[in-house]
Amino acid sequence: MKIIAILISAILVNNFVLSRFLGICPFLGVSKKVETALGMGLAVTFVMALASVMTWLVQVFILDMLNLGYLQTIAFILVIASLVQFVEMVIKKTSPTLYQALGVYLPLITTNCAVLGVTILNIQESYNLIETLINGVGAALGFTLAIVLFAGVRERLETAPIPKALQGFPIALITASLLSIAFLGFSGLSIFK
Amino acid sequence: MKEEVITLFDGILWPSVALAGLAVFFGIVLAFASKKFAVEVDPRVTDVRVALPGANCGGCGYAGCDGLAEAIVRGDASITACPVGGADLVDQLARIMGVTAEATERHVARVICCGDKHNANEKYEYQGIQDCKAAEMLAGGSKSCRFGCTGLGTCVRACPFDAINIVNGIAVVDEEKCTACQKCIEACPKKIIELVPASKEVRVLCKNTEKGKSVMSVCKVGCISCQKCVKACKFDAIIFENNLAKIDYSKCTNCMMCAEACPTKTIYANFASRKKAYIEDEKCIGCTICKKHCSFEAIEGELKGKHKILEDKCVGCSQCIVKCPKKAMEMR
Repeated sequence: MKIIAILISAILVNNFVLSRFLGICPFLGVSKKVETALGMGLAVTFVMALASVMTWLVQVFILDMLNLGYLQTIAFILVIASLVQFVEMVIKKTSPTLYQALGVYLPLITTNCAVLGVTILNIQESYNLIETLINGVGAALGFTLAIVLFAGVRERLETAPIPKALQGFPIALITASLLSIAFLGFSGLSIFK
Repeated sequence: MKEEVITLFDGILWPSVALAGLAVFFGIVLAFASKKFAVEVDPRVTDVRVALPGANCGGCGYAGCDGLAEAIVRGDASITACPVGGADLVDQLARIMGVTAEATERHVARVICCGDKHNANEKYEYQGIQDCKAAEMLAGGSKSCRFGCTGLGTCVRACPFDAINIVNGIAVVDEEKCTACQKCIEACPKKIIELVPASKEVRVLCKNTEKGKSVMSVCKVGCISCQKCVKACKFDAIIFENNLAKIDYSKCTNCMMCAEACPTKTIYANFASRKKAYIEDEKCIGCTICKKHCSFEAIEGELKGKHKILEDKCVGCSQCIVKCPKKAMEMR
């Protein structure tokens, strides 16, 4: 039951982009087409799930053992960056198709705050390994949901008659804020009781 | 004193060791992985990729320049597959790939319509989304001629090279800037943009396949199927089908006679750039071959005598130059 709660919380209630405001850069940058937005979402899911597990292991078996909790941030960045590099190499060798699909997005997401954010939150909430994985995947699904929805809206904005002063990024930011307000509605969900 | 040493030990040494250990560990893993999982890339792929324009326009039909580079090296695509790069690029690629290049004729896109707002009427006032594809859904756009350019600039926005402008309500391609990437051809809902050889300056600017009378009622400059151009062309380069003249550019010699004959001025030709043949007297041996091949009786001269071009009759079809055995002629 707690797992479902974590999942829904990560996707809807505490949506990474629209409630926690993490990962805004790819959210605005890679959201012009639904297709690329989906690719980005896929890459984020992949990286977040892996990074959550790896950093949890590092935290529990290295940092906690040695009482080095304060090295968390720098250690996690190290882990995430190396991990993504490694995964990129493996995918390139083993599955060229997957590499083509994720290709440019993998390095893009490596240093994103959303990934670091989810790993640190996992530790703060003192989740166990399974819950960590679920939270990582949930956060990424939430990110994917938000960016795909946003891309869908932006595709329609392309042909909409927008006042000159608002064309381009201004209207995108307004749209993002409206989307954020819409997601605020989920904060009333009582799934934690 | 001893206690301080221990704190120092805990406070600096362990963290350093832990972090350095992690870093070294990941470093070794990555170094190992880069060897173990190295994908062998043909060095030519990188070279070809660098040579390609890098606009990722997709005009070649592959997913961007990376895709084409791989296809060229694999042998799936010819070195002339990039419509954008032109002759320089083909030379470079030929050097990288070690093959000889065949010369390719530069092509440009042309909008096959000249019914601008002075020539063609409007059926209704269109106030919807300013996009040809949207307007197309409302009874084929507001232009009275259903074959004509809507002029709402879908092709302009599709063009990655800024080579299309809307002039007087129709799209006009800037042939200097056009790279024949074909984005506009895909974007145009009317399908009236075509790729043609850039050197051919004569063009039929109409796509209307209706009979003459109904064409006349919608546009002043439409092709009215009079077939005067077919008769005017001495080289059989005008194909007339579906009530519409079309130039076969493999036969067209740029003589512009069809454009002179066209009563509605549907056939456009840049008369200012029309050239005349010229004979170099020193080289001419008076063989009369040029005279025999001139379709316009623009060359005079006796056998064994020097030949002369009658400038008022010469239309610049350059057929004499092709036939001259002594290479004594040129276009000026």
